[in-house]
Amino acid sequence: MTANRPLPLDFQHVSKTFSIEKRTVEALKQLSLTIEENSVTALVGPDGAGKTTLLRLAAGLYLPNTGQIRIFGYDTRQYSDQIHVMIGYMPQRFGLYEDLTVAENLNLYADLHHVSMADRQYRFDDLMVMTGLSAFTDRLAGKLSGGMKQKLGLACTLLSEPRLLLLDEPSVGVDPVSRRELWRIIQHQVKQKGTTVLLSTAYMDEAERCDKVVLVDDGEILAQDTPEHFKAHLSGHCFRLQHTRLTHRQLQSRLHAFEDIIDSIIQGESVRVVCRQTKLPDFPADIAEHLKISPAEAGLEDAFISLLRRRHPTTPQPPLQLNHINSKNHALDVIRVEQVDRWFGQFQAVKKLNFSVKRGEIFGLLGANGAGKTTTFRMLCGLLPVSNGQLSVAGVDLRTAAAKARAKIGYMSQKFSLYANLSVQQNLDFFSSAYGLKNQRRKQRIQWAVEQFDLKKDLNSNSGDLPLGYKQRLAMACALMHEPEILFLDEPTSGVDPLARREFWARTNQLAANGVTVLVTTHFMEEAEYCDRLVIMVQGEVLMTGSPAEIKQQAITAECPEPTMEQAFIHLVEKNQS
Amino acid sequence: MKISRMRLKGLVLKEFLQIWRDPSSLAIAFVLPVFLLLLFGYGVSLDAKHVPIGWVIEKTTPTSSSFMAAFGHSEYFENHQYSNMAEAERAMQYRKINAIIHLRSDFNRQVFKQNSPAIQVIVDGIDANTARLVSGYIQGTWFEWLNHLAIIKGIPLSQTVGIQQRIWYNSQVLSKNFLVPGLIAVIMTLIGALLTAMVMAREWERGTLEAMIATPVNLIEVLLGKLIPYFILGMGGMLLSIGMAVFLFEVPLRGSLWLLLLCGVLFLLVALGMGLLISIVAKNQFVAGQIAIIVTFLPAFILSGFIFDIGSMPEVVQGFTFLIAARYFVAILQTLFLSGDV
Repeated sequence: MTANRPLPLDFQHVSKTFSIEKRTVEALKQLSLTIEENSVTALVGPDGAGKTTLLRLAAGLYLPNTGQIRIFGYDTRQYSDQIHVMIGYMPQRFGLYEDLTVAENLNLYADLHHVSMADRQYRFDDLMVMTGLSAFTDRLAGKLSGGMKQKLGLACTLLSEPRLLLLDEPSVGVDPVSRRELWRIIQHQVKQKGTTVLLSTAYMDEAERCDKVVLVDDGEILAQDTPEHFKAHLSGHCFRLQHTRLTHRQLQSRLHAFEDIIDSIIQGESVRVVCRQTKLPDFPADIAEHLKISPAEAGLEDAFISLLRRRHPTTPQPPLQLNHINSKNHALDVIRVEQVDRWFGQFQAVKKLNFSVKRGEIFGLLGANGAGKTTTFRMLCGLLPVSNGQLSVAGVDLRTAAAKARAKIGYMSQKFSLYANLSVQQNLDFFSSAYGLKNQRRKQRIQWAVEQFDLKKDLNSNSGDLPLGYKQRLAMACALMHEPEILFLDEPTSGVDPLARREFWARTNQLAANGVTVLVTTHFMEEAEYCDRLVIMVQGEVLMTGSPAEIKQQAITAECPEPTMEQAFIHLVEKNQS
Repeated sequence: MKISRMRLKGLVLKEFLQIWRDPSSLAIAFVLPVFLLLLFGYGVSLDAKHVPIGWVIEKTTPTSSSFMAAFGHSEYFENHQYSNMAEAERAMQYRKINAIIHLRSDFNRQVFKQNSPAIQVIVDGIDANTARLVSGYIQGTWFEWLNHLAIIKGIPLSQTVGIQQRIWYNSQVLSKNFLVPGLIAVIMTLIGALLTAMVMAREWERGTLEAMIATPVNLIEVLLGKLIPYFILGMGGMLLSIGMAVFLFEVPLRGSLWLLLLCGVLFLLVALGMGLLISIVAKNQFVAGQIAIIVTFLPAFILSGFIFDIGSMPEVVQGFTFLIAARYFVAILQTLFLSGDV
């Protein structure tokens, strides 16, 4: 590469501020970044770090307040027309017209990019084959699955054969199989067409596939390097611990006390820790004696967590004060689902579902969008009647006593159903009264929520203005207001950054340790590791039920001796299809 | 900025496909106008017809019967007779009748002897508009009957002045003749402003505008891509309304059709401009719809002179109506339809 060839992307001291209701928000602060031609760069970082702003600036949708942005040598301030010809930009929701068909969407973008009629046909064919959408050209974009929408969005962006591809969270809410295909397409573009790619992502395994990873936090670049270098910093710092006397949850809560342990997460039956040094801290005898230690490989997420923790030193969370659940009926299965079907007109959303959940278990429902997870959840909460089959929650048949069962259930939905224009205090007041708490008990519970979830300083701010992690905290506090025996969490961590996710799972673990049964849906495969047992659902059917270890076990093959949860999932889905 | 025909064609085609597939925009563009036209053409009538009138006649004479028959023959009234005032008043309280005509026992003498004979008329004034109409009709019929009587009997009625009514422009005094043309302004506001504001807000809401702006498309193309389809749709709405007005409701079109269309084009451009302006402020469909209804649709309905006479509004409100584009268009429409090119 010659020195005088202009870089695909060159940010020099770029600042961007927004004013939102009289407040000025600094989205980017004096940020400088360059990208080499024909490379793939990932932007990672917490929610609200400025990743989307950065991409929009690069696409020329925003102009910087100060500093200079050049795309292939063209300044975005003056040459937006030239730049738009060279780039392809896919926003977070893919920018598709849902009421147009696949072919109509492609034609529209071909018109907008001035693709000549002669070029159009073979490029369409090419892209349709590559994305596997050939059979669906007449289907409305709105009727496609999440993964297909995302591939169509990408196809529309690739029509003009852009030299720089900007993708904003291209794989949020997309199942693992589609994600893998998306990466195949991106890599094909890079190799065959020499495209340069800049994308933002919340998935570490995606960042790991890139040539360079840029960690953005609070409008600044915290670090940028190759994935290998990031991980190399932490090699030898990671261990997997198991204790013969303590459960993995008890062990994890004991480990919080050690300052040298930067991070600890549950992984299957063991606890995975990242240490400040290349050795474990000195444990007291009762821990040390029964400890099984094995070294673990450092991951990209470990590197980011430790970098972010260094920047935002958080006081270790106090363990949740909970009343231990001691229910009179000691039936082992708190939730029992037998042969449950659910039809929506001609469409069967859930087929012959069977599973049961024990008290104090964290039970996961894994699957792509449209697999029937949310439908199952809504049936379990008594929001939706079953078409066929038996369903009992906390020993109550939902068909006969839905209200009675609901009193024992706490529910936190995907979108955190809070009232955005009520303050934190008002939300707490409302939910406590909605659960029928009165007088002294109500006061106590609200105080408990404020203390346990560290909400004191935000009591009077509108809950809509809180960062996502805080919203999630508040939503969980509201769901726990009436001390439910069972907690339903529907995609609780989607879009939430790794730090807030850690905090969330620490709380969930404490709840489970105190006898609360937790049912959780997620499409983050690594989160499946935090569950005791899980079911994998595909198109309304259960493919497998078991512990994370068991599910990974089935996917062991010669070329993949140690499969990740994601690989195990893909393996199962593919086995099912063949 | 150079306009590319290919990009513009793509945008316009896209917009039409979206209109065709989206039931809500089809409803605003086609169903609502037809519904409004039918409602105002058939349902809403500001004319008083078959108004029930209560009669209390203290002494029946041939004269009183002839007077009552004069009302019975008119299509505006329906006669109900009561034996005394108390009964008639009760009927009025139950809203069975809109007015009471009370003929005292000296009615005969009054008519023949007095210079200015009088009868007692009590009108239910709750609905001021109807009350005004009814009292006017009764008075008219009364004078007419007196005239008639004078001619037949050769009695000089020195004090009464004969009125010969001539109503111009809308000789049958049919309210649909001025409601239906005025409605065209409302319908075009609906398509031009409400629909445009909402579809633009939808592009914001769904993030499609973001993807579109990142393509080589330029501002003028985006604007034209929205204006052209809704302009065509708005003109379609206008032609539909004119067609329904002339052929279904038989409203006379006395002025030039071309002049009417030209004025329609001007008004539609104003409405489209307002719609696009609203979409700058409102980036979700709900807010855009609310704003469009409050600042464009309701004024076009209430302050344009479409139903409510501007002349009888308080002066402040009258001054305000000068800001409403629909006011001028309604006046143009009513003039062109009913009185011709002036």
